[in-house]
Amino acid sequence: MTSNSQKRLLGFYERMLLVRECELKLSALFADGEVPGFIHLSVGQEAVAIGVMDALNDSDTIASNHRGHGHAIAKGVDLDSFFLEIMGKQEGICGGRGGSMHVADMSVGMLGANGIVGAGIPLAVGSALAHQVHNMQNIAVAFFGDGALAEGVLHESFNLASLWKLPILFVCENNGWSEFSPTSMQFVAEVRDLATAFKMPSRQVDGNDVSAVADVTAEIVSTIRSNGGPQVLECTTRRVHGHYEGDPQQYRDADELASVSDYDPIVLCEEVLQKMKTAGRDIAAIRTRVADRVSAATDAGRAGTLPSFGHLLADVYTPARGA
Amino acid sequence: MGEVRFGQAINLALDESLENDPSVVVFGEDIARPGGPFGVTRGLQAKYGELRVRDTPISEATLVSAAVGAAMSGLKPVVEIMFMDFITLAMDGLVNQAAKARFMFGGQCSVPMVLRTPHGGGLNAGPQHSQCLEAWCAHIPGLKVVVPSNPADAYGLLKAAIADPDPVIFVENKALYAAKGPMEDAPGPLEIGQAHIARPGTDVTVVTYGATVKTALRSAGSLSESGIELEVIDLRSIQPWDEATVLASLSRTHRLIILHEAVTAFGTGAEIAARMADVGFDELDAPIVRVGAPFMPVPFAASLESQYLPDADDLIAAVHKVLA
Repeated sequence: MTSNSQKRLLGFYERMLLVRECELKLSALFADGEVPGFIHLSVGQEAVAIGVMDALNDSDTIASNHRGHGHAIAKGVDLDSFFLEIMGKQEGICGGRGGSMHVADMSVGMLGANGIVGAGIPLAVGSALAHQVHNMQNIAVAFFGDGALAEGVLHESFNLASLWKLPILFVCENNGWSEFSPTSMQFVAEVRDLATAFKMPSRQVDGNDVSAVADVTAEIVSTIRSNGGPQVLECTTRRVHGHYEGDPQQYRDADELASVSDYDPIVLCEEVLQKMKTAGRDIAAIRTRVADRVSAATDAGRAGTLPSFGHLLADVYTPARGA
Repeated sequence: MGEVRFGQAINLALDESLENDPSVVVFGEDIARPGGPFGVTRGLQAKYGELRVRDTPISEATLVSAAVGAAMSGLKPVVEIMFMDFITLAMDGLVNQAAKARFMFGGQCSVPMVLRTPHGGGLNAGPQHSQCLEAWCAHIPGLKVVVPSNPADAYGLLKAAIADPDPVIFVENKALYAAKGPMEDAPGPLEIGQAHIARPGTDVTVVTYGATVKTALRSAGSLSESGIELEVIDLRSIQPWDEATVLASLSRTHRLIILHEAVTAFGTGAEIAARMADVGFDELDAPIVRVGAPFMPVPFAASLESQYLPDADDLIAAVHKVLA
């Protein structure tokens, strides 16, 4: 007999595993030269994307960042189109123009990953303004890392959102690293103090505990939807891979790096599932489904065609109506 | 409608756009309650409410990026940056976000926003409140850049900019705000990218835009007395710019001058000159000459600034040079 809480957790487990397996596959494809450019993986941080997105609906909007694969997948981007994009194919969701750092899907309110640290934050503020002007119950969510705390637009955005009581949730995924440097050596304030300074409620949650992230987000989001104004959620987590794929992480202490697996949100989730006496075959079935899905997306990505240069100029500006 | 001031024409275009399209919102520093530093947005908040017409904190970077996010989410924001010099603070929003969203997301969305901002000297406002930075914007694929020269054009081009699906930088020369000009009773929008022959002439083509259109027309008047007829082309927009009209004029006059208030080096004139040297080489009877500001920051003192700004004398000297 599977309880409702077990079902919910199995859902989280499957979605987190999907993000993990997608990224590990992308990592392998990158190493093999099938993924061009830069990719930044969120391995170890999956619980944030899955937990937060559990409280959102399709018409809510999110602005992501360079470490945005989990956000895109969790928001519901079509997985084949996602792989096609990151592999630089014509059939990719952005026609192969964006790649990993610019995956976007307007149809599910995913306003884009972003190559500029912190840049998604004011975009989400603008999206929240649109929700407010349209008098919708929708909210906007800005995902950013602790490295973005030192960016000026974060402080401007906190102020503007609070001043205008915008329906926005600021999610700081605090993995302790600002690219190649410990955030403790780069930023003197605390997220919660910043929120207080700008008169916004804030919560801190274990970002590797998917149920906790989902529960806290659900509470916050319901307050924001009932015109409660902006809030801040800090999710503490761990970055397992480097800043970018291929980063040897020589700047990290070996013990610290070895300890990250103790916090693996997927392992932690599986432990809870086991305590709940979840049938092994249920977990095995999820693993199979996820592996099959990732394999199908990889095949789709490989089957895509290389984009042609010919019609690129047509998308720099919007074609005239009737043209 | 008779005569209206440049600022009033902009106000009218904003007013009608807010009236006719509920997705239009207007925000910027001191634009709502105070009515804007130059009074251009006066009365709009009283008429359309605090939800759609807003004063913002002094946060240029976030204002412009928020306009991008709003435009991607169904609004048509018209954001004002108080002086064009301050777009330096908002370049990520303009260059990396607004200009690229459509292209890098594979055409999934457009970014229908307008950034209004005043440029230009003449007020002794000094090096950080006087610059003409429109060529920066014109250099970025994905942005459009409009620079009107008179009230009727300001109205028609702003209506077009707000209706445009792509990000438009709408540049207003400060010296023009109080200028009056005729306006029809029911003017329509103009087409962005279409130049206007402000004065037909046979001897030299002068391509210009914004406040220096007046300079060119004044010079044309005085040169006409000595038998030299300038053809003055008001570009109206520099991105896109009306290459066909310029080339056709060059084919009639065979001499070309580009005049603008911005620094000459690496400016709009350089692009037009290079292009005409390419596609219009056979038409040229003299080297193309650019008239613009010297390569220095805009100086403050009245005596210095007046010498810095390109004027009728500079243009007339250039005319004699191409006719020599």
